[in-house]
Amino acid sequence: MKWTRKDLTNIEELSAKEITHILDQAATFEEVGERDVKKVPALRGKTQVNLFIEPSTRTRTSFELAAHRLSADVVNITPTISSITKGETLKDTAKNLQALHADIIVIRHSSAGAPKFLADRLEASVISAGDGAHEHPTQALLDAYTIRKRKKRIAGLKVTILGDILYSRVARSNIHLLTKLGAHVTLAGPSTLVPRVFEQLGCRVIYDVEAAIADADVINLLRIQHERQRQSLFPGIGEYAAIFGLTKERFAHTKPDALIMHPGPINRGVEIDSDLADCERSVILEQVTHGLAVRMAVLYLCATANMPKEAKTK
Amino acid sequence: MNDLIIRHGHVIDPANQVDVVRDLFVRDGKIAAEPAPGATVVDAKGLVVTPGLIDMHVHLREPGRSDKETIETGTRGAAMGGFTSVVCMPNTSPAADNSGTIALIKQRAATVGLVNVLPAGAITKNLEGKELAPIGSLKRAGVVAISDDGYCVQNSELMRGATQYAKMFNLPVLDHCEDTNLTADAVAHEGYWNTVLGLHGWPSAAEEIIVARDVVLAELADWHIHCQHLSSAGSVRIVREAKRRGVKISAEACPHHFTLTDECLKGYDTNFKMNPPLRTQHDADALIEGLADGTIEAIASDHAPHCPYEKEVEFDKAPFGILGLETELALSLALVHKKALTLPQLVEKFTAGPARILRVNKGTLSVGTDADITLMDPAREWTYDVHQTASLSRNTPFHGWKLKGKAVMTIVAGRIVWQEKS
Repeated sequence: MKWTRKDLTNIEELSAKEITHILDQAATFEEVGERDVKKVPALRGKTQVNLFIEPSTRTRTSFELAAHRLSADVVNITPTISSITKGETLKDTAKNLQALHADIIVIRHSSAGAPKFLADRLEASVISAGDGAHEHPTQALLDAYTIRKRKKRIAGLKVTILGDILYSRVARSNIHLLTKLGAHVTLAGPSTLVPRVFEQLGCRVIYDVEAAIADADVINLLRIQHERQRQSLFPGIGEYAAIFGLTKERFAHTKPDALIMHPGPINRGVEIDSDLADCERSVILEQVTHGLAVRMAVLYLCATANMPKEAKTK
Repeated sequence: MNDLIIRHGHVIDPANQVDVVRDLFVRDGKIAAEPAPGATVVDAKGLVVTPGLIDMHVHLREPGRSDKETIETGTRGAAMGGFTSVVCMPNTSPAADNSGTIALIKQRAATVGLVNVLPAGAITKNLEGKELAPIGSLKRAGVVAISDDGYCVQNSELMRGATQYAKMFNLPVLDHCEDTNLTADAVAHEGYWNTVLGLHGWPSAAEEIIVARDVVLAELADWHIHCQHLSSAGSVRIVREAKRRGVKISAEACPHHFTLTDECLKGYDTNFKMNPPLRTQHDADALIEGLADGTIEAIASDHAPHCPYEKEVEFDKAPFGILGLETELALSLALVHKKALTLPQLVEKFTAGPARILRVNKGTLSVGTDADITLMDPAREWTYDVHQTASLSRNTPFHGWKLKGKAVMTIVAGRIVWQEKS
């Protein structure tokens, strides 16, 4: 298929066909990471700006390495060195990036909708690296890539997402992606963090963790994000671990080939037993590896879709 | 001068239960029984003639934020919208919590205002919800009501005191109903759309809890609390039940709340960000029902100008509110066009309704009252172009909307302050 989107700001508006196209493209890039010379010239001469208004290490590093492997030039803007802290508006930041002729903007922002805000105003490709509690599209893509590689399919699988769904952009992107590709999504966690309204997105919502994971093919654990919680939503980390954490005992009652996933960073002993994080059914580090290939695919597809018409016809 | 003969208009005056085609006379700026000799003749054939419309909830931003709006530009927009009186909220800078600021507003209005400006004073000092403002002095300075609009008084003991105290001065207490513990970081109605969009949810309960509290306090103090800009079906139900029991409670609705829903947020356009937030179709329908059965006695705009650079930011960082004065009448007439309300019912929401709540001798065409009159063409089709607005701001979600119904002439105390260019 022909890729026509210059931006990737969410999964919600993608078709199943487009999602599969990204995953297929990622498969061709995965092999690049295993070479001695981990580089292809696909985006040579392109400038990528990683605009991380909200701090992130893992995602920024992944986008940065992905850009290097595609031979793009990369600069990183982080909150401490950006003018945002000096009161510059996002619109002015956008205009400055335009003036620098950036080709790709990767944005991480605490405000939902910020990537779309930029995409609406810039000729450059805008790729979301997570916006508030809205979406984290490349995380869902790398999760899907990992599931597909391990399970050889996505349609028909039972995926349980466990944890803080309410404030999770990872959950939202995963819900959209998995339901589009025909998986059955179950959400579980404290009722205050997993409101029933998510059923309207095509998910099953249950509060009994054992029941939620009993027949799951994939268990995707989300980090309990202390910094975003108000104390009125759950009593504390200790109670969370006791009632909702993935313990060895709970895991013993799951399907023998159920996979454990986690977008990281993990809190050992809270949402997941420390040994389980390292067990052979945990694919947490594979997710990280696949993130690179998926992000290479997204950067490549969006940046080349954005090429001016004259350049394409040459 | 200020003598007029308004000929052949369809006069709708709900305060006097008038709904008939007849001439209307103005003499020395007052409604008169007989024509004055030499009076200017206005042909109102085919037009509806009503008491001058009252918008009991606007922000004129002066003093303090004259870059957003001034008393001059705000009242010009009011006149263009068919309004002859506006009630301006006290969240100015400094806050209208003292007689000096009220005097300034009144003096500016007398000098540059195109329409009557009726100030609301603060309930608490600096709208902080801690200590009562000098409500008696505010009354002497000329306020028609008290309100901490935008900053709902959370302390019920303080609100009780304010209500009991305001009763001495015959001042209604206007409340912006919001339990702020339930709205920390909230920017969008809590439901399906905020969930999809990842925006912090603003539950209807945050409004309903305070509406219910105000019902109880109005009973306790035996005085009038008016709930501003109702947005939820539950609030309408609570007010309806209380009114049935005779509690001194009233309410207003804004056109955006019965015209739009939270689905509008899906593009993160901050022109759909208001306080309280846009809610569901069910809520919008309940507001219309509340208007139709008399639960909601007034329509007001909550005209809230903000500079473009303030609004064109990330959704959760943008200020709440939109312009309203120039689109309000047409958006409300839509309820008449779809037969949810009769035209006299609608006119009442802009005239006798707010006048009754505010206890002002306006919103009527009774002989001897100020000749504040609006001429409108309910069938006129037009397109709202925000670039033609009188406002200094541009924050509207209705730019480019095709509307039906429009004011064509606005008369204040017998003086034509605005008329549509023919």
